[in-house]
Amino acid sequence: MSFDEFLQAFFSLEILQQAWPILWAGLLNTLLLSVVVVPLGFLGGLILALLGTVHSRWVRWPLIAWVDLFRSLPPLVLLVFVYAGLPFAGLEVTALTAVAIGFFLNTGAYYGEILRAGIESVPRGQVEAARCTGLTAAQAMAHVVLPQAVRNVLPDLISNTLEVVKLTSIASVVALPELLFQARQAQSVTYNATPIMAAAVIYFILLWPVVRLLSRLENRQMAGRR
Amino acid sequence: MTNWDRFLDSFFNARVAAEYLPKIIEGFWLTILLAACIILAGVAAGLALAVLRSLGIRVLNWAIIFVVDLFRALPPLVIIALLYFGLPAAGLSLSGFAAAWLALSLVLMAFTEEIFWAGITAVPKGQWEAARSTGLGFLDTFTLVVLPQAVRMVIPPLTNRTIAITKGTALASVVAVQEILGAAQAGVSFSFNPTPLTLGAVAYLVLFLPVVILGRWVETRFAWKR
Amino acid sequence: MSAAIVEARGVHKHFGGLHVLKGVDLAVRERELVFVIGPSGSGKSTLLRCLNRLEEPSDGSITVDGIDMLDRRTDINKARQRIGMVFQSFNLYPHMTALGNVALALRRVQGLPRAEAEARARQALERVHLADRAGHYPGQLSGGQQQRVAIARAIALEPRVMLFDEPTSALDPELVGGVLQAMRELRESGMTMVVVSHEMGFARAAADRVVFMDGGRIVEEGPPEAIFGNPQQERTRAFIGQIERH
Repeated sequence: MSFDEFLQAFFSLEILQQAWPILWAGLLNTLLLSVVVVPLGFLGGLILALLGTVHSRWVRWPLIAWVDLFRSLPPLVLLVFVYAGLPFAGLEVTALTAVAIGFFLNTGAYYGEILRAGIESVPRGQVEAARCTGLTAAQAMAHVVLPQAVRNVLPDLISNTLEVVKLTSIASVVALPELLFQARQAQSVTYNATPIMAAAVIYFILLWPVVRLLSRLENRQMAGRR
Repeated sequence: MTNWDRFLDSFFNARVAAEYLPKIIEGFWLTILLAACIILAGVAAGLALAVLRSLGIRVLNWAIIFVVDLFRALPPLVIIALLYFGLPAAGLSLSGFAAAWLALSLVLMAFTEEIFWAGITAVPKGQWEAARSTGLGFLDTFTLVVLPQAVRMVIPPLTNRTIAITKGTALASVVAVQEILGAAQAGVSFSFNPTPLTLGAVAYLVLFLPVVILGRWVETRFAWKR
Repeated sequence: MSAAIVEARGVHKHFGGLHVLKGVDLAVRERELVFVIGPSGSGKSTLLRCLNRLEEPSDGSITVDGIDMLDRRTDINKARQRIGMVFQSFNLYPHMTALGNVALALRRVQGLPRAEAEARARQALERVHLADRAGHYPGQLSGGQQQRVAIARAIALEPRVMLFDEPTSALDPELVGGVLQAMRELRESGMTMVVVSHEMGFARAAADRVVFMDGGRIVEEGPPEAIFGNPQQERTRAFIGQIERH
């Protein structure tokens, strides 16, 4: 294969022009999907983390079981189970609903673990001080503990968010027209790898700044681990 | 037939389960094989890159950082698609297994490098100085003094990351590998019953639940006192 | 008077735009204990770290036990075995026992077989009265014990000179005594020592010579009774006065 043929197969401007409207629609859907599933997962995590502060084994053990269950199932398995399985139970779900449910369960478990670690990292004295000034438990949690907790685990939260955005690509498996799905469609129509390469480049441009930021934060975090 | 019966008949159908269990078990071993290959190649390559990076050759380090950033920013499924659907355009056909192995190994390599590098740089300068002041050379200092401490620091994040990435083996079902999810999906489409998916989910739990619990234990066991 | 075993001449050190050492001359004779004092930032630690080339001097010459430390052809790892160093923050290897810490260089640098290396490591630990702690990890030892293990790690290589970089500054007051005792015994065994420290009592009692540094230069030097009792320079007087008031 000559270099020109290689360029033609992976970096053809002509194909890119043809495929661009399809890819653009996919990119918008990927962004839209991220805007839906990230807050949804975060919300799920927050609920789990707050339940985790309840000091009762009747809450604690089911909670651990729940989190470990959804951390053990690969997200794609969860998604396929919801999308292809639920109709057999008489529940028709759209691809978007399936993705939303799957991400709420899976991503929520991860956000939950991170936020729990964050809450545990805030010294007890902070709650005691807040309660002594008359704040209720809920107020102390919302105004004193959570802001510090989020700050303490910010690198992990960003890292998980990055993973969630990357994970939206599995929605292509249930035919949700996000970036990867669109790129595959364009590829099968044009018989050319350029659309997939273009999708990869778009992901990279989109997420590289986040990776750079994380790399800096993580280096600092590890230094604090000793 | 009550709803409950219909539910049981759908998701826990004994006849379908008996028929497809052997396929799922085959898929189970294939998943383990794929995961083992990924961990071996990914961790070894990542560690090698981290060691190379500590030599401090500037141009080489830029290249390493770029490669690491690249595979942290790209969704694994996009890399798999590029290798499996894209490479044939360059006259190179990879099997689904090889594409999934290569893609996930590259991702694990990137994360391993990043984690080890953070660990190596987190070992205090005084450790280098103490070892060098007793006449130990660079290589001895690195392998006998610095690396063992770095390894200890990186075990929790590395364990968790490895678990997360090996769960990505389910993505191989997209490129026609009959690992657990692939076998389960094939079963569903043949039997028109979701019981194979249930079996698949159980198989993943059997495989990953112990690993996730182990990861939880490792995290407390190796935690450094702050 | 015996010949100088450590000889630094015209040593300069720049850190970026910072001129930390401005032409320091220091000669240490065999079996001598030289005490270096001075305010923080005066360059005393940097001088010490230049002697075994943990810091690369920008200019000047350094000879230790007849070896030109700055010569590119010098095997620096071999040379460093003759110069023991003890750090303010101990820098023990946390993943090795006390014995492992002491034996590492014996095995890897001097190439001794394990049994012999450990026997010599044990002897070194005995000299700092910690033979019974040989199997302990640094995390299980007090700061004072850790520092004594660090001393054992250095003397096990039978160095010709020992450098101490504020060896007691990171210790709680009640733990300082044990470390100073180990240093005193080392001195009595005839070891040549260069000590950067704020332990003025120890300096008065044990030092042959006190060197006062300020602003990257040696301002004044002499026997302890002269430096502490009758300093000639204004800056020395001010520094000694400040310390005495504490």
